[in-house]
Amino acid sequence: MTATNKALTIPGLETVYDALASAIDEAGADKTELFLVKLALLNANALGHPERFEQHLQAALQDL
Amino acid sequence: MHRPTTEARPSIYYDYKVHKPWLPSAHATQERKKVVIAGSGPAGMVAALELARHGVPSVIVTSELQVSQGSRAIVFTRRSMEILQQVETADRMTENGLPWRFGNSYYRGQRVFRMEAPHDADDRFFPMLNIQQQYMEEYLLDACAANPLIDLRWGNKVIGVEQEEDFARIEIDTPHGAYTLETEWLVAADGGRSPIRTALNLQMEGASYEGFFVIADIKIDLPLPTERLAYFDPDWNPGNTILMHREPHGIWRVDYQLPAGETPEQALQPESLKARIDAQLAMIGHAGARWEMDWCSVYSARTLTLPDYVHGRVLFTGDAAHLLPIFGVRGANTAFQDAQSLGWHLAFVAKGLATEKLLGNYSAERVGAAREIIEEAGKSTRFMAPPSRGFRLLRDAVLSLSMSEEFVRPLYHWRTSRPHEYTDSVLNSAGDDDALFRSGPAHGAPPQNIRLSADDFLLDHLGGGFELIYFTEAAAIPESLQGVVAAVRARGVPLRVIAVGAVGQVDGADVSLADADGHFRRRYGVQASGAGYLLRPDQHVCARWLTLDATRLQAAFNTALPQ
Repeated sequence: MTATNKALTIPGLETVYDALASAIDEAGADKTELFLVKLALLNANALGHPERFEQHLQAALQDL
Repeated sequence: MHRPTTEARPSIYYDYKVHKPWLPSAHATQERKKVVIAGSGPAGMVAALELARHGVPSVIVTSELQVSQGSRAIVFTRRSMEILQQVETADRMTENGLPWRFGNSYYRGQRVFRMEAPHDADDRFFPMLNIQQQYMEEYLLDACAANPLIDLRWGNKVIGVEQEEDFARIEIDTPHGAYTLETEWLVAADGGRSPIRTALNLQMEGASYEGFFVIADIKIDLPLPTERLAYFDPDWNPGNTILMHREPHGIWRVDYQLPAGETPEQALQPESLKARIDAQLAMIGHAGARWEMDWCSVYSARTLTLPDYVHGRVLFTGDAAHLLPIFGVRGANTAFQDAQSLGWHLAFVAKGLATEKLLGNYSAERVGAAREIIEEAGKSTRFMAPPSRGFRLLRDAVLSLSMSEEFVRPLYHWRTSRPHEYTDSVLNSAGDDDALFRSGPAHGAPPQNIRLSADDFLLDHLGGGFELIYFTEAAAIPESLQGVVAAVRARGVPLRVIAVGAVGQVDGADVSLADADGHFRRRYGVQASGAGYLLRPDQHVCARWLTLDATRLQAAFNTALPQ
């Protein structure tokens, strides 16, 4: 996937990494999926770009 | 021997009339009929009334002796009312039905979405009207009974169909034994389980969804307005959806989804029904309210259609042609549009005004409509009754987000039935000015109603054939256009001319509408005199011109009535 000029800096990525991990723990095992789907929808809405979201889906489906 | 029940169906609010069966022993040998319609539901009766309006007689054969059991279809759209107006039953629907335009979706006790259906000042009818199907059928039956061209035969069950080159032979069973009826055309309006579709071994295309819904009608006094109520994922029925609608006579429709794995038989046990309805009433703040069951049934969502509605001499319409999900009020409302369409297409072929190619167009247009509905209703169904783990996760995420996030709330608004626009119909005129209009109903669209005065609307004046709406301030329709009109009429094609924009009666027009403030012209995107719209007998637009001339008017008729 091509990086855009909005890509995260390394410190930014590290912040997201920790925050997402902590939020998954906070959501709890039985609500993790629901939490992640909500997050994906919020991010998709902020992205405002269905085609790019589709690219993200394909990237995330790789190497599972 | 066919033995339909002679006992009136039970009902708290509806007094069923049991009709006498039509018996072959009491009638002379039957000559070949022009049209036989199997089924006396909304599709069958509207088809018969439309055919009769065009002068084509029909025989309706119906296996029961009374109207349908239970309320079944209860929500009727504006377009359905416009179609019923054409067959003179809309007034009784309006007098006895409950109009509405708001819908509410609730999740965790919070109203997360409110749907407001627009009600245009130019519309005579409300976006939705609630009334039980028995009444709608009764009004249509009365209209059929009053029509000398319609021969309705109770207790007549189709048990076999054979097709010849130019007619069909139908075997019909009655309480006095079977008889044979030959007909040039057989309309299969025999419902979702269509025995004729089965007999012809025709396969439908599409999907069936797994979720079951209970549909229950209860008599209860609830101090709530006539608005659609939808409850998602309540504590008493986790993950599932409940719908409520007010009906006339103190009846409420409660639809609720069954937990996965539960059978319809289990769900219809009286104690199960009672516990769940009590739980639903408690949830909306009416715990312990007294109610009485009128009727209940089980329903599952399907999005299926035959790929072709014309099979030799057999023409499918309504639920016999397609099975559509309940979400979005698409059963009877689609059947009315089917039947209105079939009525004029078949009448014109039966009268020799067009070749059988016109029936191919009926099939193409209505299969197209069914596919569009399936596409739209599939989205609603996947939200209401998610078919897989992924769809359930997404639905649950949207419910959760909707408590605080505005952007997901429109997903609660399942699209309701609307008239299909025959945008790509082969009947649309190729050489007109459709593309040059900036507003107004386009190719294939139903007409925009216009309020002419307090209780007088454009659609009150339309019906029974083609309509040429001609915009003019002159005292007469131009002679060249009158010449085309006369020639078309001379072929037997019903055609009326509606003049819009002149002060007095316009020569050559059947109806003259003043339009002093130019409102009609604006809504039809007309800026100058000389423009026109041609409406088909189902009122859909097949041509429109900014400047109409005789050559192009003739061309539009040549296209609309393939020879």
